[in-house]
Amino acid sequence: MARHPATPAAAPKVRVVTLKIDGHDIGAREDETILNAANDNGIRIPTLCYLEGLSEWGACRMCVVEVAGSPKLMTACSTRVAEGMEVTTNSDRLQRYRRTILELLFAERNHICSVCVSNGHCELQSLARACGMDHVRVPYRNAAYAVDSSHDLFRIDQNRCILCTRCVRVCDEIEGAHTWDVMGRGVDSQVITDLNQPWGQSTSCTGCSKCVQVCPTGALVKKGTAAGEMEKQGGFLPYLTEMRGNR
Amino acid sequence: MNLHELQVVAAEANAKANAQKRCVRVCMAASCQSSGAGGVLKGLKSLASSDADHDVCVKGVGCMGLCSAGPLVRVSSADDTPDRLYQHVQEKDAKELFASVDDGPVERLACSTDLPFFTRQKRIVLENSGEIDPEQIDDYIAAGGYEPLVRAVTEMAPYDVLRNVTESGLRGRGGGGYPAGLKWTTVARSPEPDKYVICNADEGDPGAFMDRAVLESDPHRVLEGMALAAYAVGAQYGYIYIRAEYPLAVERLEKAIKQATKRGLLGHHICDTPFSFEVEIRLGAGAFVCGEETALIASIEGQRGQPNPRPPYPADEGLWGCPTLINNVETLANIPAIMREGGEWFRSIGTESSAGTKVFALAGRITHTGLIEVPMGITLREIIEEIGGGIPEGRKFKAVQTGGPSGGCLPEEHLDMPVDYDTLRSAGSIMGSGGMIVMDETSSMVEVARYFMEFCMTESCGKCVPCRAGTAQMYELLDKIATSTGTPADLQLLEQLCEVVQACSLCGLGQTAPNPVLSTLRYFRHEYGEKLRPDPLLQPVAAERNGK
Ligand SMILES: Cc1cc2nc3c(=O)[nH]c(=O)nc-3n(C[C@H](O)[C@H](O)[C@H](O)COP(=O)(O)O)c2cc1C
Ligand code: SF4
Ligand code: SF4
Repeated sequence: MARHPATPAAAPKVRVVTLKIDGHDIGAREDETILNAANDNGIRIPTLCYLEGLSEWGACRMCVVEVAGSPKLMTACSTRVAEGMEVTTNSDRLQRYRRTILELLFAERNHICSVCVSNGHCELQSLARACGMDHVRVPYRNAAYAVDSSHDLFRIDQNRCILCTRCVRVCDEIEGAHTWDVMGRGVDSQVITDLNQPWGQSTSCTGCSKCVQVCPTGALVKKGTAAGEMEKQGGFLPYLTEMRGNR
Repeated sequence: MNLHELQVVAAEANAKANAQKRCVRVCMAASCQSSGAGGVLKGLKSLASSDADHDVCVKGVGCMGLCSAGPLVRVSSADDTPDRLYQHVQEKDAKELFASVDDGPVERLACSTDLPFFTRQKRIVLENSGEIDPEQIDDYIAAGGYEPLVRAVTEMAPYDVLRNVTESGLRGRGGGGYPAGLKWTTVARSPEPDKYVICNADEGDPGAFMDRAVLESDPHRVLEGMALAAYAVGAQYGYIYIRAEYPLAVERLEKAIKQATKRGLLGHHICDTPFSFEVEIRLGAGAFVCGEETALIASIEGQRGQPNPRPPYPADEGLWGCPTLINNVETLANIPAIMREGGEWFRSIGTESSAGTKVFALAGRITHTGLIEVPMGITLREIIEEIGGGIPEGRKFKAVQTGGPSGGCLPEEHLDMPVDYDTLRSAGSIMGSGGMIVMDETSSMVEVARYFMEFCMTESCGKCVPCRAGTAQMYELLDKIATSTGTPADLQLLEQLCEVVQACSLCGLGQTAPNPVLSTLRYFRHEYGEKLRPDPLLQPVAAERNGK
């Protein structure tokens, strides 16, 4: 498991515990999360805001699991394993909750896949398919959010953002630029660059594209990938032939 | 300062007070101030100073409770006649009241102190409130203040303080009702060298002002509670997280910290012992969610005030990753009394599972609104009909809301229920932090539910999906139903969303946001039913079937 570097000699001893996930007996280090332990054993728990390599955030609530003896649901991404724990990851109830959460996300902003540049490469879309969310019962909120195309290389379409904060975390924790942050409260929350200035004017953005690569949806994209940007520049031909002396 | 020095200060202050038995106390809590108490106090003070041989002491004190009758003034005469309370006092009445110290009562403004509002209360947290001048540390010391702290640090081991609190059965007054002794023990047992004590004074429930009243009326009490907590758990630093909307409380706290530090009751080497404890104030910008403990800690650390998943609990990994004890203002304000009288004494008040008293902010359609402190186990009926004086204008009682946006509405048939954590919870509401809103027959329960959902929607921090998007959807559905455009399908969807938001949200705000809906549905479902219209999609079919 490449994820865990060899324990340095001086570090306190980390024990290995055994637990049950969906009836399977599993061994895991006590400092691991339920999600890690499940993944390593081929048990898939749906996630959205989680991304290996970034800090845990616990916000999308897709990875909620039942832990025997606990009245509350736990998020697998943020809960450590413990000896004797019994975890259920896929009960009917959990599946129903996950579908509802996805419906809430789809209805919150604009997630009309057929007109999205990420159609077919979107984690939200594939998760909806995997979880069997085939229709949305809650009304679409049809809110119109801003699109910022001021950056030379990238674009953010807030209408497709699910506020997973992967961009915020990768920029802060990995690139060290902390260009991104979250502004506002509740449904008015949105990710911003610098102090809510246009991305193109950001003095902290290094243009590294890490945020674009980790964004699960079509919110952060490389420019030139939208259908409208697929204009061909055929007008060069007459000019070229003329300059070549019409030969 | 040692115990002897403290007792000397107390004796001197008491002697001074006895020599000046004639005293006029003006309530200077925020509510009375906003209706003109400041002018009354100024008028009385200038009368006292221009009349030197009179030797009447005039002081501004903390909340007297009956806020709806403010500004309130209490007059003590030299003889042994009982104190007189006056209501709705204005600046122009100052002269008359001042003269009344010797000349007998002013019937025109009299407010009876025999009202059940006063006699049915039991004051522990508010024992000094309305009695002492909150800006004078000597007043607090004269009332026995800081003696528990001095005794604890000079005569007791931290473990003895802990045992007293555990024995008292005190439970958190911030809403959750978690046993204080257990929380303290968790922090105390941690081997980490750095620990913190945080006083949660963010008080964000709409209509609630219990913590503000305690801080404005008796700030030293909270500081003493914090210092005792710090001694018990082994913390060196403390923070008071208070909302900036409480400027008077902030000002009094700042003064109190300065005075206590000057006296050596806070700061380095308290009472010349190795125990040091420094307190800092942190101002919150008024976001409701910043009262949630993990969000509050993030806010103190300078981050965005958003909750984080628990575990780890703050007692384990809190402020700057260190074990942190976080308690509500009222919880901490109980500590000095518990240390003075003993845990057993505290446990003897209230009920088996809920010891002590609870402060409530009575509001809504009720005759006497204001601040009350009652023993746990009192019934809702006693609070509403006796202390609160019932519903005015001959209207009928309909429901009482406790616990604010996380709580529920209880109907008439639950009025004889004792007020304690577990009974309220089993009836579908919660004790909460102490907001209590009474509603009469003119209130619409759907609108009440919509009001609290709107509150949760706008106060949701936006971090997790069920709360952020779910409260917005639930609000829209409630709005539809309240405006008579909702269908049975909308109500069904609303109930399904309630379940998901309750089960899946990250923090208490989202987890409890459906409570007002669920409790009104439980007791007043017919009110929802009356507002529904048939599903338009099913309409034509039904019409055809009826042979239109
Ligand atoms: C949304 C939300 C808001 C809260 N607001 C407050 C508050 O204003 N004051 C408070 O003391 N506790 C508040 N709490 C409870 C705190 O998280 C915490 O449980 C409490 O401060 C612990 O103190 P106690 O054990 O003394 O009650 C709130 C909790 C939630 C979920
Ligand atoms: S822009 Fe993308 S990565 Fe950033 S919060 Fe939105 S969805 Fe997540
Ligand atoms: S439940 Fe609401 S307030 Fe709490 S973390 Fe989630 S969005 Fe924020």
